[in-house]
Amino acid sequence: MNIAVCVKHVPDPNLPMEMDGTRLKRAGVQGVLDPGDEFGVEAALQIKEGHGADVTLVSMGPEASSEALRRGLSMGADRAILVSDGALEGADALATARVLQRAIERTKPDLVVAAVESTDGYTGTMPAALAQFMGWPQVTFATQVEIKDRTLRAHRQTTTGYHVVECELPVMITVTAGINEPRYASFKGIMAAKKKPLERLALADLGLSAVDVRPAQEIVELSKAEEHRSGQVIVDEGEAAGRVAAFLREAKVI
Amino acid sequence: MAGVWVYAEVTEGGIDPSALELLAKARALDPEPAAVALGPGSSAVAAALGRHGAARVYWSDDPVYSDFVAEPAVFALQQLVAEHGPELILFATSYDSRDVAGRLSALTGATLVANAVDIPSFDIAQTAIMGGSTRVDVRLEGTLKLVLTRPKSFVAGESPGDCETIAIDIVVPDNLKRAKIVERHTAQAAGPKLQDASVVIAGGRGLQGAENFHLLDELAEVIPGAAVGGTRAVVDAGWVPYSYQIGQTGSTVKPEVYLAFGISGATQHVVGMKGAKRIVAVNKDEDAPIFALADLGVIGNALELLPKLIEEIRKG
Ligand SMILES: Cc1cc2nc3c(=O)[nH]c(=O)nc-3n(C[C@H](O)[C@H](O)[C@H](O)COP(=O)(O)OP(=O)(O)OC[C@H]3O[C@@H](n4cnc5c(N)ncnc54)[C@H](O)[C@@H]3O)c2cc1C
Ligand SMILES: Nc1ncnc2c1ncn2[C@@H]1O[C@H](COP(=O)(O)O)[C@@H](O)[C@H]1O
Repeated sequence: MNIAVCVKHVPDPNLPMEMDGTRLKRAGVQGVLDPGDEFGVEAALQIKEGHGADVTLVSMGPEASSEALRRGLSMGADRAILVSDGALEGADALATARVLQRAIERTKPDLVVAAVESTDGYTGTMPAALAQFMGWPQVTFATQVEIKDRTLRAHRQTTTGYHVVECELPVMITVTAGINEPRYASFKGIMAAKKKPLERLALADLGLSAVDVRPAQEIVELSKAEEHRSGQVIVDEGEAAGRVAAFLREAKVI
Repeated sequence: MAGVWVYAEVTEGGIDPSALELLAKARALDPEPAAVALGPGSSAVAAALGRHGAARVYWSDDPVYSDFVAEPAVFALQQLVAEHGPELILFATSYDSRDVAGRLSALTGATLVANAVDIPSFDIAQTAIMGGSTRVDVRLEGTLKLVLTRPKSFVAGESPGDCETIAIDIVVPDNLKRAKIVERHTAQAAGPKLQDASVVIAGGRGLQGAENFHLLDELAEVIPGAAVGGTRAVVDAGWVPYSYQIGQTGSTVKPEVYLAFGISGATQHVVGMKGAKRIVAVNKDEDAPIFALADLGVIGNALELLPKLIEEIRKG
């Protein structure tokens, strides 16, 4: 079985966000493998351990994304593909899906894994668009997955509980943070990752050109939203419970 | 016929409230917006969609739309779009609609904006970044535009006018019946639903452990119409089920009062609660970002304050 895992290199979410004009600043910002994607890599590795599989990580982004790929390789993935191209700057979810589909196709996958949403872009629509371009079904928001005789059985999160969804492979899945506990890369894994294949591709290698990935949307303005609160902050010296109760009474909710 | 459409989610329980919110906006952009409602229960709610602003409702009660993930709904929408040529389709940010909008975007080539908080005009969607402190206007091109909107961005309301309800008889091909829902599990929740509660009592990692969450339940018992929620940190830690999660990837709440206990106020949490009318925050770190949003902030230990607060309210 071949598994492709979409992974993204994102600005470290533990650092404050910075803007560069109308876009999120990326250049010169410390980047990491998207924490959400660690769950996708882990899910693929667990399937590999249970059934045997070849796991390819696929990323679209600038050269620095290779760091995220190395990280995933050191967790245990087998190989990686990075699509980098100047024409991809500012690509939207639709263009990203188009590019990733072409790259993923080369791995002849039975299963494609992504996270529910990226930490920096969080549109959460790239995987659905990718599934459509692949011509595949999708099972999103998986909190548990199991594959038996080429049938996927997954728990799909809902607002009130979960659904059990069954689907034959091939299928695209997105996984939530609740699905597993991502492993740490071992020293051995880190050393091994340096020798694993990392293929670099440009748009032309995928039979695409700049017009195919031009986004049909454009940021035209940034503005400050008004922050209206100017409340008071008190230090609890034993009196605060009374103050909170009084506040609730004033708000007429008790 | 061009215009603005709303993809209205219908669940076992009826219309999802987000559909009515979106209709209010659609009506402001287009005097005669349409709604699309797919799956069992749709015919029953078509008239209500009309009362809330839809001039036309395309509906189907076919269970295929609720039995299979995304693909049948996308197929039906594509057929309707090809026939009627809407210019803008509004979706709610939900599990199902995200899937449907994402696929439809790939199928039609239509551009898609997610996480919109407003749609000032036909071709502009506004999103919020940096915890809602910055608004971003995005201009959309193309004959069809898709916008996923955050819940509670608009206020639903009834509006007078005629509504034509149109049964659609689209036959979904078998090769799109793939990801099949075979079981449905609903977690039992006591009290009002988080999204409807007039008071939301939320807990974060500062509560130190699952065993302390019962303090929030006790507080909820003495405040009428209160519901308990939490941050993703406590959901991921397994202290409470996912249905409790408030924020970017959870519920959006807009209660009269929001009480935050041991919550730092991360951007992704704040977007789901900053619309509350009043905010009270208890945190032992005076630099916690949540204080910037609070009408009343208490620097202190939530675990000490909670029992006293419950006692205080009990004695009245
Ligand atoms: C893509 C993405 C999506 C996300 N979506 C969401 C989402 O939908 N909802 C969400 O909530 N988060 C979300 N997050 C996570 C978010 O970034 C934060 O990690 C999370 O909100 C932090 O939760 P917390 O406030 O409970 O924990 P922490 O940030 O750890 O804060 C705990 C707070 O408790 C205080 N504290 C400790 N002890 C006490 C005490 N005894 N009394 C009082 N205060 C105390 C501390 O000072 C601290 O401020 C998302 C993150 C990403 C990357
Ligand atoms: N440029 C990219 N390269 C690889 N994977 C991506 C990329 N963009 C998005 N993804 C995957 O798709 C998921 C959802 O992304 P998004 O639609 O941006 O929220 C992410 O969590 C990743 O798993």
